[in-house]
Amino acid sequence: MSAPFYKFGLFGDNIGLVIAFVIGIGFGFFLERAGFGNARILAAQFYFTDLRVFKVMFTAIVTAMLGLFYLSWIGFMDLALVYATPTFLLPQVIGGLILGFGFVIGGYCPGTSAVSAATGRVDGMIYLVGLITGTFVFGEFFPLVERFYVATPMGRVTIPDILSLPYGLVVFLIALMAVGGFAGATWIEKTVAAKRGAVKP
Amino acid sequence: MHAATDPLAIVDHEGKERPAGKIQPYWNPYLAGIGLGLVLLASFVIMGRGLGASGAFSSLVATGVNAINPAHARANSFYVDYLGDGTSNPLMDWLVFEVIGVFAGGFISGALAGRLKATTEKGPHISPRGRLGYAFFGGALMGIGAKLARGCTSGQALTGGAMLNLGSWTFMLAVFAGAYAMAYFVRRQWQ
Repeated sequence: MSAPFYKFGLFGDNIGLVIAFVIGIGFGFFLERAGFGNARILAAQFYFTDLRVFKVMFTAIVTAMLGLFYLSWIGFMDLALVYATPTFLLPQVIGGLILGFGFVIGGYCPGTSAVSAATGRVDGMIYLVGLITGTFVFGEFFPLVERFYVATPMGRVTIPDILSLPYGLVVFLIALMAVGGFAGATWIEKTVAAKRGAVKP
Repeated sequence: MHAATDPLAIVDHEGKERPAGKIQPYWNPYLAGIGLGLVLLASFVIMGRGLGASGAFSSLVATGVNAINPAHARANSFYVDYLGDGTSNPLMDWLVFEVIGVFAGGFISGALAGRLKATTEKGPHISPRGRLGYAFFGGALMGIGAKLARGCTSGQALTGGAMLNLGSWTFMLAVFAGAYAMAYFVRRQWQ
């Protein structure tokens, strides 16, 4: 085992911040390449005219998922040392719904709004002002929602855990579902775009 | 017969001409997705953590509240989570630096592809002002939702998704459900 490097003490916190900046550049670069600095492309996902959000997101998830699985399988990486947010089912469902509303109303999520603002989009900049305001509102009302925030705690739990299936099998099934999903998404785009017209960048 | 050349045209390294400021198309989604996935994987391997975005803005808000009213911030466990024990600057934070990188990376990619443009992205049937109102309101909802869910599309959906985190996959389904349910009511903004 030699990864995660940081957890094995290969470098300290200050180098970690430099790495954070470099990784962020990569993240922002590919978000912009995907077209995610543009709210019309992102919103098109929810009108079935351009399903890039689904395709990019699940390609990224499957790529990283396969990489993690392979690196842990050959004994290079200790997955137990990777930070995972604990599951709190109910607040995550409600939070996810509110976030979904915000996604189609505002046209971005936090990461994509940063890319949008950096490429000159005024709606992305205003969205960021809204995001900061919303975070402040949540912070101020936190004492009132604190009990709900920690409701239904399940700890660090994964899909293989809950289904009692082998990790590798779930990885394989998700990759398979993604490929099927991509084919389905392309078919939907062709059908709907023929009716409503495709999004132009 | 050769057509009149555009005096502002840029000649690329292959000797082909393209008009100045020509906007390149976005990448193939699978290619961009693989790139994004490899960045995420690199973050896992190097740092032992995934990507994030909303957390950086929480650090910013907590720092702001603490600067204006430290007693108020210290009494609130949400702010305290981001402020730490006061021995270190809460902005010297991994996610804060990562998000500064996201701004830089987005700018670099946009500049290289000729996509830097001061504009407001919207559908044809809404005024720019109206669109900005929606952008503000949507951003605010996103801020509240992301905090309640302990992360956004980066920290939960991408990162937790790749780790097969139960809460993250449940969250992802809820995000798509919420967005599809709301889409009809804001269609004027986009179509």
